[in-house]
Amino acid sequence: MIAAPILDMGLATLVLAVAVWTVIARQTFSAVVGFVTFGLVLALVWVRLAAVDVALTEAAIGSGVTGALLIAAAARLRPTEPRSVAERPGIWLQIPAALLAALVFAGLATVVLLPADPAPSLAPAAAEHLTKLDIGNPVTAVLMAYRSLDTLLEKVVLLLALIGVWSLAPDHLWGGSPGLWSDTRRSGELTLLARLLPPVGTVVGIYILWVGAIAPGGAFQGGAILAAMWLLIMIAGLRAAPAVGQRWLRLVLIAGPAVFLAVGFVGFALPNGFLSYPERITKPLIIVIEVVLTMSIAAILGLLVAGAPDRERRR
Amino acid sequence: MNAATLYGLCSAALVGLGLYGAIVQPQPLRKILAFNLLGGGIFLQFGVVARRGAAAGMGGDPVPQAMVITGIVVAFSATALAVALLLRLYQVSGSAVLSTGTQAGLDKKGDDS
Repeated sequence: MIAAPILDMGLATLVLAVAVWTVIARQTFSAVVGFVTFGLVLALVWVRLAAVDVALTEAAIGSGVTGALLIAAAARLRPTEPRSVAERPGIWLQIPAALLAALVFAGLATVVLLPADPAPSLAPAAAEHLTKLDIGNPVTAVLMAYRSLDTLLEKVVLLLALIGVWSLAPDHLWGGSPGLWSDTRRSGELTLLARLLPPVGTVVGIYILWVGAIAPGGAFQGGAILAAMWLLIMIAGLRAAPAVGQRWLRLVLIAGPAVFLAVGFVGFALPNGFLSYPERITKPLIIVIEVVLTMSIAAILGLLVAGAPDRERRR
Repeated sequence: MNAATLYGLCSAALVGLGLYGAIVQPQPLRKILAFNLLGGGIFLQFGVVARRGAAAGMGGDPVPQAMVITGIVVAFSATALAVALLLRLYQVSGSAVLSTGTQAGLDKKGDDS
């Protein structure tokens, strides 16, 4: 295709331009908007690199959920804006920093321009067991079967981050509900969107979870979409943010890692030890893990964006 | 120059840009943004490695791609924690800058202990 190099040059230029804008913009809100745009263009770059799973994750989590979090933070920090804009870095900081950045760029560019030949690849090793696992998407096979320990630990990291965010609330607000945009004006368009979009988004999220076995998709991408629908409902004020001390909420949060860990311990009864799956029920087991994982991921991502508790828990 | 090499150079530039922004920007929220740019550049490097490892009928090596997916999720949780810390700093001290002037802000009584 003749247009491909032009498309790639255009995309690379656009990514760099938006990134430069994010760094040099004067207003904080402009920089945050630039960052969200950067994430979306980066998702297109991932598609060009034949990594559609990563493109979905980048668009959903890297730019979508992170963008929501940063916009909320920029809005809450708006009173500090005049003082922040007035503060400028000194020239004696900018020049050494620019030199260091140029040095790092040169090093990485050298690594890119002198690739190893032949290129190392684990693709044949990954393709070997795909038919036995009955999974068509090699990335899902890596995430849920070959490197399932990494995915389990990643879930635990999410939980730890959530506990860290909750622990930043003042003592008397522990277990309360997050404030999340409680001072927004109720708007007709937002309420309409929050009524129309969540049913569609829920179906799309569940579909992406399910199709992840044979096509790009998976638990994290589907969970992020479900979290976005929940956040939309909370932001529009159609449902209040739940108090984080409630038992059912905490059960939903730990269900994912707990089921994953339980399956892992079952592996001790088998030759290969922790997290080895029994042969004949591998695919159903992976599906069960993924479904519970998606539910937990949706809850955790939503609560991470909602932030530390702002209001006392009503008893 | 094929697509993978072009995006590899782009990702190297992103890493440099993110590093510069993280060092130079005085406000913590802008530093967090620059860190995320830096992370995006590093993930893109992984993506280039994955693209070059295309074999066995796949468009790219799935193992680096899975690592990047894990990395994006972990980067988001780190960003969430950093933003929560920043908001708490603002709540306690009344200002969200890291310069030495905030010492006076910390002595001021916040709205809670």
